[in-house]
Amino acid sequence: MSKRLVEGSEAIADAAIAAGCRFFAGYPMTPFTEVLENFAKKLPAVGGVCVNAESELEAVGMAWGALATGARAATGSTGQGLSLMQESFSEITLAELPLVAFNMARGQGDYFQSTRGGGHGDYRHIVLAPMDITEAVELTQLAFHLADVWRNPVLVQGDYLLAHTAEAVDVAPIDFGPVAPKDWAADGTMSGTGQSRIISPLGIGKRNTPGPGMEAHMQAVADKLARIAAGEARAETGFVDDAEHLVVAFGTPAKFVRYAVRVLRERGLRVGYVRPITLWPFPTEAVAEAATGKRSVLVFEINAGQMVDDVRLAVLGAAPVSSIGGISTDSSGFGVGALLDVEVIAGRIENAVGVAA
Amino acid sequence: MNEPVLHRVGDKLPLLLQSGEHDLCPGCGEPVALRILLETIAELGMAASTVGVVGIGCYTVFSRTLDVDLVQALHGRAPSVATGVKRMLPDKTVFTLQGDGDMVNEGLQEVLHTAARGENVTCVLLNNGVFGETGGHMTATSVIGQRTKTSLEGRDADYHGYPIVIGDLIARLEGAAYVGRGSVQSAGAVARTKRMMRKAFETQRAAKGFSLVEVLTMCPTGWFVPTAEGPSYMGETLAQVHMMGELKAR
Ligand SMILES: Cc1ncc(C[n+]2csc(CCOP(=O)(O)OP(=O)(O)O)c2C)c(N)n1
Ligand code: SF4
Ligand SMILES: [Mg+2]
Repeated sequence: MSKRLVEGSEAIADAAIAAGCRFFAGYPMTPFTEVLENFAKKLPAVGGVCVNAESELEAVGMAWGALATGARAATGSTGQGLSLMQESFSEITLAELPLVAFNMARGQGDYFQSTRGGGHGDYRHIVLAPMDITEAVELTQLAFHLADVWRNPVLVQGDYLLAHTAEAVDVAPIDFGPVAPKDWAADGTMSGTGQSRIISPLGIGKRNTPGPGMEAHMQAVADKLARIAAGEARAETGFVDDAEHLVVAFGTPAKFVRYAVRVLRERGLRVGYVRPITLWPFPTEAVAEAATGKRSVLVFEINAGQMVDDVRLAVLGAAPVSSIGGISTDSSGFGVGALLDVEVIAGRIENAVGVAA
Repeated sequence: MNEPVLHRVGDKLPLLLQSGEHDLCPGCGEPVALRILLETIAELGMAASTVGVVGIGCYTVFSRTLDVDLVQALHGRAPSVATGVKRMLPDKTVFTLQGDGDMVNEGLQEVLHTAARGENVTCVLLNNGVFGETGGHMTATSVIGQRTKTSLEGRDADYHGYPIVIGDLIARLEGAAYVGRGSVQSAGAVARTKRMMRKAFETQRAAKGFSLVEVLTMCPTGWFVPTAEGPSYMGETLAQVHMMGELKAR
């Protein structure tokens, strides 16, 4: 148990490797680039492979192939690069491969992309949104575990702050319990036996070992996603019980919000917070419960208003919901703007609830 | 006609096939190319150590009957998927099965980069100069003058541009160790193509780098010619541009 001061991008690569990730492919783009660099530096030493893919399309395809052999594998980018991967994301979900993907996003404008999916068809990815590096170390390892348990892709949603600030962390392997053996892997061992395998999004199987067919397969995946939705939502709440107002925020901005809530408590404002840790499944119950009886529910996110939709769906009119976040960025567009400031956030909360500044 | 194996074509199920049934068109060249592939894998004793990655085209239906561990890729993306498989299983033999629409249109950069990287996999291209599966549309390998549903008066260089002669392009890449182009137009062509297939897989097994076997296959349906005219149409059109022969052997 020894802590080391590391940047988020290095901690994420360390955590992935601690979780048994042995393949990574990616294409550089700020603020994700250093995640790729760290995998390139660290994977060969553990017998793994990191490929500097020629594009994001290739990166996700390579991860697909590595996953098909039963290996733990990952890819990543910023939202822009993940936009290019969407065709694969939807079909990898139907192929039930346990992909882990990292989005070191520019701000929080990729909430819809991550939770709705920019690709075609009926699919969802589990989305984990750490608020800091310590949590990223845990959630990165959880991502590989959940991906294997559910045979469904898991996205780790970060940003510039997560990837580029440093924290003292201890990256020790975490045991989340057993996962089923990957008897579905296409590793060549069944070729020529009459029982060879196929990994396909189409649910077709082989002549000797037929699959359920397209419709039944798609239904089975949809049913599985419903079970994930019912069982995997995670959230953190604080100061909720006696609060008159509630703030909802995720990711690194949620850490600023938590601090702003403490500051406002000291000033006598009865405010609490909910922090969704899984963006999908959205912690609907936790948000609905926390919102019960509140005079206002405020959503702080660094975008034009995306998660606020899910908050409204959770609250279902039981309390007024409004957005207090917004677009805020530096001149490079990396998503670190003036809004990420405890006093600014506290001021927005006070404004929204009618406290004169 | 000096290869005894030729006499078996059509009368015996190759190893590594769970069933000979398929619903491809009469006169289609793809099943013949597939037989060459499967026989080669079996004859080289690689049956129990091979993984295939299948693209999207008419040949995709064979993923149900091939008795080989398979990964179904997206249209065009098989070379990257094969890369991921091979990097995790360097001792296994890994191939892709793709059409010209799949490899040369949708996935051109995939195959070029995979070849340039010298990725130790074998890509098998079934080149019929047309999107067969969608019903006969122009691809990047369709030759000048070829009539398709999207080049009704024949491919016109000024309007549609020129075909890509993919094998020649790949042969120029340092990472490509073996490139051969054959066809299934005649019994002799089948025998020559099979030798290329064998060399390509031997290249992979010797870890020499990327290998490509391009097989010109008949598509009477997508060429809008009578079934029996498929082989001669190929000889007069496709084979004049995509010239058969061994393009590179290291
Ligand atoms: C992204 C994407 N675009 C288009 C298609 C539709 N599509 C399916 S098969 C095919 C053409 C296949 O052509 P080719 O690879 O030459 O195989 P052939 O049918 O000629 O054997 C196309 C365009 C698809 N499946 N995916
Ligand atoms: S359309 Fe062409 S490639 Fe497809 S099955 Fe028919 S003949 Fe073969
Ligand atoms: Mg074709």
